Amino acid sequence: MKSCLIVDDSKVIRMVASKIMNELEFKPIEAADGQEALDACLKALPDAVLLDWNMPVMSGIEFLRALRKLPGGDQPVVVFCTTENDITHIQEAMEAGANEYIMKPFDSEIIQAKFAQVGLL
Amino acid sequence: MKPADFEFMAAMLKSESGLVIGTDKIYLLESRLMPVARKKGMKDLEDLIANLRSRRDPRLLKDVTEAMTTNESFFFRDIKPFDLFRDVILPQMIEARAAKKSLRIWCAAASSGQEPYSLAMIVKEASARMAGWRIEIVGTDISTEMLEKAKAGIYSQFEVQRGLPIQMLVKYFKKDEESWRIDPALRAMVQFREFNLLRDLKALGQFDVVFCRNVLIYFDQATKGQVLEGISRQMPSDGVLFLGGAETVLGISDRFKPLPGYRGVYGLSDGPGAAPAAGAPPGPAAPTAGTRPLPGKPAFPTKR
Ligand SMILES: C[S@@+](CC[C@H](N)C(=O)[O-])C[C@H]1O[C@@H](n2cnc3c(N)ncnc32)[C@H](O)[C@@H]1O
Repeated sequence: MKSCLIVDDSKVIRMVASKIMNELEFKPIEAADGQEALDACLKALPDAVLLDWNMPVMSGIEFLRALRKLPGGDQPVVVFCTTENDITHIQEAMEAGANEYIMKPFDSEIIQAKFAQVGLL
Repeated sequence: MKPADFEFMAAMLKSESGLVIGTDKIYLLESRLMPVARKKGMKDLEDLIANLRSRRDPRLLKDVTEAMTTNESFFFRDIKPFDLFRDVILPQMIEARAAKKSLRIWCAAASSGQEPYSLAMIVKEASARMAGWRIEIVGTDISTEMLEKAKAGIYSQFEVQRGLPIQMLVKYFKKDEESWRIDPALRAMVQFREFNLLRDLKALGQFDVVFCRNVLIYFDQATKGQVLEGISRQMPSDGVLFLGGAETVLGISDRFKPLPGYRGVYGLSDGPGAAPAAGAPPGPAAPTAGTRPLPGKPAFPTKR
């Protein structure tokens, strides 16, 4: 079973996303900020990361830059999932190595479509 | 709804747009037509049906027909057909039309435009290989309302997230308040026209590639057969037809044959590259084969 690291400071969002991951047959792993996510990645790299932007301690973009520098850190497919919905943010995310980008609000259909596009499904 | 009224409506819809509805869809009739009745200032559906019976208002007939169409669409729907178009069919056409330098593509049920614009993006990405070509992408639909939306080229945040890779969004759309507007250059690549598939298709001219996706499912066998037959006459011998995921020509029209290895893609029976005629064992591309990559064929990975 593939794993998906869900990084969001909102417990509710993590719960919703975990439920969607279960439906898509991914094992969800939760992290409340970028630092927690990075610690999780140091233990084991997930197949996918669903990543919020604005979080306390370490933001999503900082996490992504750190992840891509880890050995094997280019492997996980990273999908941003944030309320930031302007071109500048999207471009910054892509340049930092994101594979896809979801603008909140999202639903399971959008996640499924995006995961299919990046070849996760 | 009275059985006689339902029968009248069902017959009318079938002759207007080909739509077949069973009595299990009465709720759908009611829920879709109530807003039409209200908009026209009628008090209920009986009023609306009486008006239709008298044929007093041709505009009402059109509104009712349109209200009953299902217009759902999204960019790069099902992914695979668009990968096949980009990686197999378009390169073939570029070679086959190298002297003529022209290509005509038709989206026969274009709805709100996502399908023709997806094709326009693919063609645009390949434009370096088609310098000096005359390329036409024609999107037709029976619904005026959907065509208006297609022509405007403005999509909600939700719509641009269904199927459109983020790189394509950044490249070909501009944010406009809460919506996304398609690039004028892409908009200019597609012509939209109102057209009913039950009419004579001759007026549209010849097309090298036809996308007729997710519309035949609403028709009965005879209508499907007629439309497919009509499409076949608008294609050169090496023309290619794309159908939707739940659609096939098998058992409906012998004018087309599946292109072996390419699910949902058909060539003319008497054209090149078509599968052998009846009697041949079902190839790996039989519609039951699923979407797995086929042995010996590229897997068309979606670019990351
Ligand atoms: C479900 S949409 C398909 C859109 C697109 N091809 C796709 O696959 O995403 C079906 C479209 O067929 C159109 N349609 C239904 N009957 C038609 C007819 N007789 N002639 C032309 N278009 C028709 C509807 O208006 C609707 O927009």
